[in-house]
Amino acid sequence: MKSFSRNLWAATSLCVAIGLGCVVSCQRSRPPTSEPTWLPADRGLRSVADFAVISDDDERSRALFLEVAKVLQHDRCVNCHPAGERPLQRSGEPHQPLVVRGEDGFGAPGLGCDTCHGESSYLNMPGSPHWHLAPLEMAWEGKSARAICQQIQDPQRNGGKSPAELAQHMTHDELVAYGWAPPEQLEPAPGNQRLLGQLFQAWLDSGAVCPE
Amino acid sequence: MKLSIEVNGDRHDIDVDPETPLLWVLRDELRLTGTKYGCGVAQCGACTVHVDGRPRRACVAPVRSVVDKRVTTIEGVSGPTADAVRKAWVSIDVPQCGYCQSGQIMSAVALLTKIRRPSDEDIDHAMSGNICRCATYIRIRRAIHQAAGDAE
Ligand code: HEC
Ligand code: HEC
Repeated sequence: MKSFSRNLWAATSLCVAIGLGCVVSCQRSRPPTSEPTWLPADRGLRSVADFAVISDDDERSRALFLEVAKVLQHDRCVNCHPAGERPLQRSGEPHQPLVVRGEDGFGAPGLGCDTCHGESSYLNMPGSPHWHLAPLEMAWEGKSARAICQQIQDPQRNGGKSPAELAQHMTHDELVAYGWAPPEQLEPAPGNQRLLGQLFQAWLDSGAVCPE
Repeated sequence: MKLSIEVNGDRHDIDVDPETPLLWVLRDELRLTGTKYGCGVAQCGACTVHVDGRPRRACVAPVRSVVDKRVTTIEGVSGPTADAVRKAWVSIDVPQCGYCQSGQIMSAVALLTKIRRPSDEDIDHAMSGNICRCATYIRIRRAIHQAAGDAE
């Protein structure tokens, strides 16, 4: 009886120890691959699962942002997040014809963006509902991944968005969605919008560390 | 497919592919040939019409996008601003070959509707999408200033 209970105790502690060990080690190295819902890599954009091999949290976070930046720094996004008064087109050339931001990013009185850009891409025209230029404080043209990383987390420069709102914007905003639905002559951004959303969320969850 | 569109105040029931450019419908179906085909890629402005009073390049607008909206072409544009523009265009004798002029006029009316007394810069920014191969730009600018004065 006595030895039985001692054995039971020993067995229980062993189980607890194994259990704990498992919990601890599972948490530390919880491989993102064990998540069944990670979207696969797609057209030049890696899956969140591909970052599991990086064991250092900060290093993984930085790598995730660099992956996100492949989209943010793509022409389809930068052309509408320019540093000047005019949009860009193609691979960063000035927009033809000359159009200006105007007061609200929707163009000059008498030549609004919607004179030419419709609700969706059509023939050679890029399109999306409410087509207009990102405000100057959200300019990405010519900026490093690190600079964009710092800027989009700064409520002064990101339209007052919380991290959750930013993730929402990446995943669901219609102007962002345009990145994968341009007219035929233009190359879509890498991957797809849902994959961008997952990578961005994984970056937030990993501590939102900016690359060097 | 059967669509119903409103052009210059008249209802038209047409049977076309909804993806057809509005410009083709205006010119080929409704025979409103005042609106011109220039480049077909929103670079020249010759096909400018108004949709719900705002300027629109008809060559890059699918006809489905104007169902339930009011389309106005050079044949139908009216009111004090349009009258002042027409008068100024005639008195200054703006056109040379004339091909781009209906687009120029539709853009000028749209500008003057937004800004009653546009500056040179306002004119540059509103009219930069309307190209004229005869380079009548200086007369266009004068005519817009004159129309602005007359419309007041
Ligand atoms: C007069 C017509 C016209 C107007 C007005 C106009 N655009 Fe454009 N825009 C175009 C055309 C045509 C293209 C496509 C060029 C090409 O073939 O790549 C374009 C392309 C663009 C692009 C590049 C898209 C990409 O994926 O690379 C951006 C960004 C853009 N326009 C923003 C704007 C904004 C913002 C406004 C209003 C402030 C505006 N445009 C007003 C005609 C216009
Ligand atoms: C047609 C122009 C346009 C295009 C194309 C565009 N954006 Fe934007 N973007 C905007 C505007 C306008 C805002 C500001 C409006 C807002 O905050 O909702 C904005 C804001 C943002 C923001 C939030 C604010 C910040 O920190 O900059 C993010 C993130 C963003 N865009 C991502 C993208 C991505 C990713 C792409 C390409 C896949 C893209 N955008 C393409 C116009 C555009």
